[in-house]
Amino acid sequence: MTEIIVVTSGKGGVGKTTSSASLATGIAQQGKKVAVIDFDVGLRNLDLIMGCERRVVYDFVNVIHGEASLKQALIKDKRVETLFVLAASQTRDKDALTQEGVERVLDELAKEGFDYVICDSPAGIEKGAHLAMYFADRAVVVVNPEVSSVRDSDRILGLLASKTRRSERGDGGVPGHLLLTRYHPARVEAGEMLSLQDVEELLGIPVVGVIPESDGVLTASNTGVPVILDESSNAGQAYADTVVRLLGEPRPIRFLDAPKKGFFKRVFGS
Amino acid sequence: MGILDFLRSRREPPAAKAKERLRIIVAQERANRGGPDYLPLMRNELLAVIRKYVHVDLDAIDIHLERNGEHDVLELSVALPDGKGGG
Repeated sequence: MTEIIVVTSGKGGVGKTTSSASLATGIAQQGKKVAVIDFDVGLRNLDLIMGCERRVVYDFVNVIHGEASLKQALIKDKRVETLFVLAASQTRDKDALTQEGVERVLDELAKEGFDYVICDSPAGIEKGAHLAMYFADRAVVVVNPEVSSVRDSDRILGLLASKTRRSERGDGGVPGHLLLTRYHPARVEAGEMLSLQDVEELLGIPVVGVIPESDGVLTASNTGVPVILDESSNAGQAYADTVVRLLGEPRPIRFLDAPKKGFFKRVFGS
Repeated sequence: MGILDFLRSRREPPAAKAKERLRIIVAQERANRGGPDYLPLMRNELLAVIRKYVHVDLDAIDIHLERNGEHDVLELSVALPDGKGGG
């Protein structure tokens, strides 16, 4: 059985690609065969975050149009044996992705024995975002604790419930998991930022992870190494926890409390 | 608690305000979700017809689409102003 997980959010810049890269890497580290697909046609970036941008020869659209085989287009990750990346095309043609084409690629990945397919959705609610979620079994909804992100995510939850293959088959839509990113516990404690409880209550979906605001994320994207591989960063550890929960094992949520700064940290910074 | 914190705590925390605003807008958008796209337009046209006869406010019309098993029920409620409702 291949499980298809869409990473989506509605709003841009909340951490979909960062999360897709880290979750795919983490699941593959557990020995599962994983493909991560960039659905952002025209604005591909997953390749950069995964650090394989110079190895892209063929892309998702080439496979859909029969210009390359899936095997030729899948980029094998250099760090994790069972991880593969399918890059988005840089074409400006909005109709490059078709529902039949996407279905064919997903079916072929299932035949190739992939355990998980992670679909990295573009922002917005246009065609790319629609197709990224359409065939999904589950959704990871990436949310920042901030008003526009929460509102857009609620809209996405509505689409997951009504505009997907599961909803059309009467299977109750695509279940969503809340992944709260850029969380800043000190600001939450000061009453300046929505808390995890606030967002859970507003959106009404179970939480799968909370990723604290972390310098590690920028370093990771600068170097093309998914932040989950940086075990020294809080964000990396929080993504590792999230992977465990996604695979069905409970694990307490860390990094919800502001670190109490000791004298040395106050003086020298953390 | 420092004096700055004390002064700050007297105002409503920004996060609480954000939550309240979101609660309202999210509930409103969920109520309209799943309904046909023509609902808002129909609401305005109905309002125009009713206003030919009775002067009612913009928010006097409530349209709800409910799913009851296989049937969709369109529920329309119009609050008429006092004393002008009877014919």
